[in-house]
Amino acid sequence: MKGSSKNGVLLLLIPAVVFIFLLFVYPFCYGLYTSLTKADGTFTFANYIRFFTTPREIRTIWVTLGIAVPVTLLAVGLAVPLSYYMRRGIKGEKIISFFLIVPVTLGTVLVSEGMLTFMGPNGWLNQLLMALHLVQKPVQFTHNYAGVAISVGLQGFPYAFLMLLGYVSGINPDLEKASQMLGANKWQTFWKILFPLMVPGIAISFCLNFVMAFSVYPSAVLLGQPSGPQRVIALAAYQMAFEKFNFNAASAISMIMAAIELVVIAVVLAWRNKMYKGASIVGKG
Amino acid sequence: MEKKKLKMSSVLFAIVIAVYVAIVLGIILTVVLNSLSKGWYSGVLPKTITTEWYKYAASDHVIPQLIWVTFLVAIADVLVGLLIAFPAAYALARTDFKGKAILLSLFLLPMIVPPMAYGIPLAMLCYKFHLAGQIIGTIVVNLVPIVPFMILVLMPFIEQVGTNLESAAKMLGAKRMTIFRKVLIPLTTPGILTAGILSLVKSISLFDLTYLIAGGKNQTIVVALFSDAYAAGARPPQAVDALAVIYFLIAMTSLLISLRFVSPTQMVFKLK
Repeated sequence: MKGSSKNGVLLLLIPAVVFIFLLFVYPFCYGLYTSLTKADGTFTFANYIRFFTTPREIRTIWVTLGIAVPVTLLAVGLAVPLSYYMRRGIKGEKIISFFLIVPVTLGTVLVSEGMLTFMGPNGWLNQLLMALHLVQKPVQFTHNYAGVAISVGLQGFPYAFLMLLGYVSGINPDLEKASQMLGANKWQTFWKILFPLMVPGIAISFCLNFVMAFSVYPSAVLLGQPSGPQRVIALAAYQMAFEKFNFNAASAISMIMAAIELVVIAVVLAWRNKMYKGASIVGKG
Repeated sequence: MEKKKLKMSSVLFAIVIAVYVAIVLGIILTVVLNSLSKGWYSGVLPKTITTEWYKYAASDHVIPQLIWVTFLVAIADVLVGLLIAFPAAYALARTDFKGKAILLSLFLLPMIVPPMAYGIPLAMLCYKFHLAGQIIGTIVVNLVPIVPFMILVLMPFIEQVGTNLESAAKMLGAKRMTIFRKVLIPLTTPGILTAGILSLVKSISLFDLTYLIAGGKNQTIVVALFSDAYAAGARPPQAVDALAVIYFLIAMTSLLISLRFVSPTQMVFKLK
């Protein structure tokens, strides 16, 4: 297509461009502006300085990273071998995928709410563990770090798994055959051939998983101790905005959240570029 | 040697999946049983079965209103989302222009910035323009995660449809609107259906943004559930579970219907 016809097609982008600027770019810039001003509209860095000099606030960064990083690593770490294993399809694949997609569909709120009963002191899980004599008294799975981590992981794992499954099954099986014909064993084939080709998929699923884990809010509130050890950054922002009604300070926390997120993504993409040099390799079947 | 290793990996796979499925089933079953039970403090199964918590939940919330708002928001988001995303996906799939990569990453940005981060300024604007607490406000904010997702789902479907048929229609004198209506839309129906269904399932469970701006009569069921669970102690946990079961039934029905049309791998972000 060329000339006026192409310009005509580009007009179709207008609704989406208006949408993204009005509902995403503008609010984001508005947030940035608000975070750099006082309530009366004068310029200040005070909102950021306040965050970074208040131990209770700055702790939220480490608390959130302390949940998001290990859980995301574990979810993606489990998803890589499992999706590799299932890449050619296995028996019962449909039913397995179904169970994986259920928590994603239900969302954090229901999963967290259900965990309160299921993993509570008298819940089935503790009854089972005690019946098997694995533990003497009920293990505390709720209202602590474990509860939040399990809830985030239950959401994150299927997400990472299904994402990687779609990716790994798109890798040309001939590459594996070729590697085996050349005498490589399964490990070598995985590490030298498939893993490098999976790197872009791993990077993206890590990033998206991390985003979900990092903005963890319902799980931390319902399953953690939101006033103390599991006071995550999203909660700090929420409280500032809707409990203290300090929108300037709340915007600053939002901007800090977004900035940390983007830094992590930049690190992951740098790792990806270091690992994945084979953009020219025809890896797709 | 080779055989043994293969077996070990399959055992490992089975264990991980079994643990996972057991936890998911356990969570769902306890929620359902608890909502139907009375005085279930110990033991494997509740001793008395009752439906009183559903009556309690129904007196606590206007449940038809919650369901109505949930579906209204989800359906409106799908329809408006398609109207915005389809033309954009078409333009992005069919043309190459300067800055296309930048525009595409701009469209994807809402997916990599946490909703809580852009949600708070967005909520502030909604309060400023009196959209907060209104159904229309909830519909508008939830478009932010839905539209980028739709564009991503739709693009490959449009790319698959060759340009030949469009050119032929054009040569035969069809106007652009006619080509859209008579050629493109019928050919991309599977894509539209996929994007629509996936977004519908997604938007029923969208929480963060709705939570930030919805209030009173105009909240969705998932937000009402969170508020109930958060204010634990204000009502019996079984009543919270009763609301959870109602939400669960809605989400599961939409999931089961959608799985007739799409595969589970499409439910998540599609990697190219």
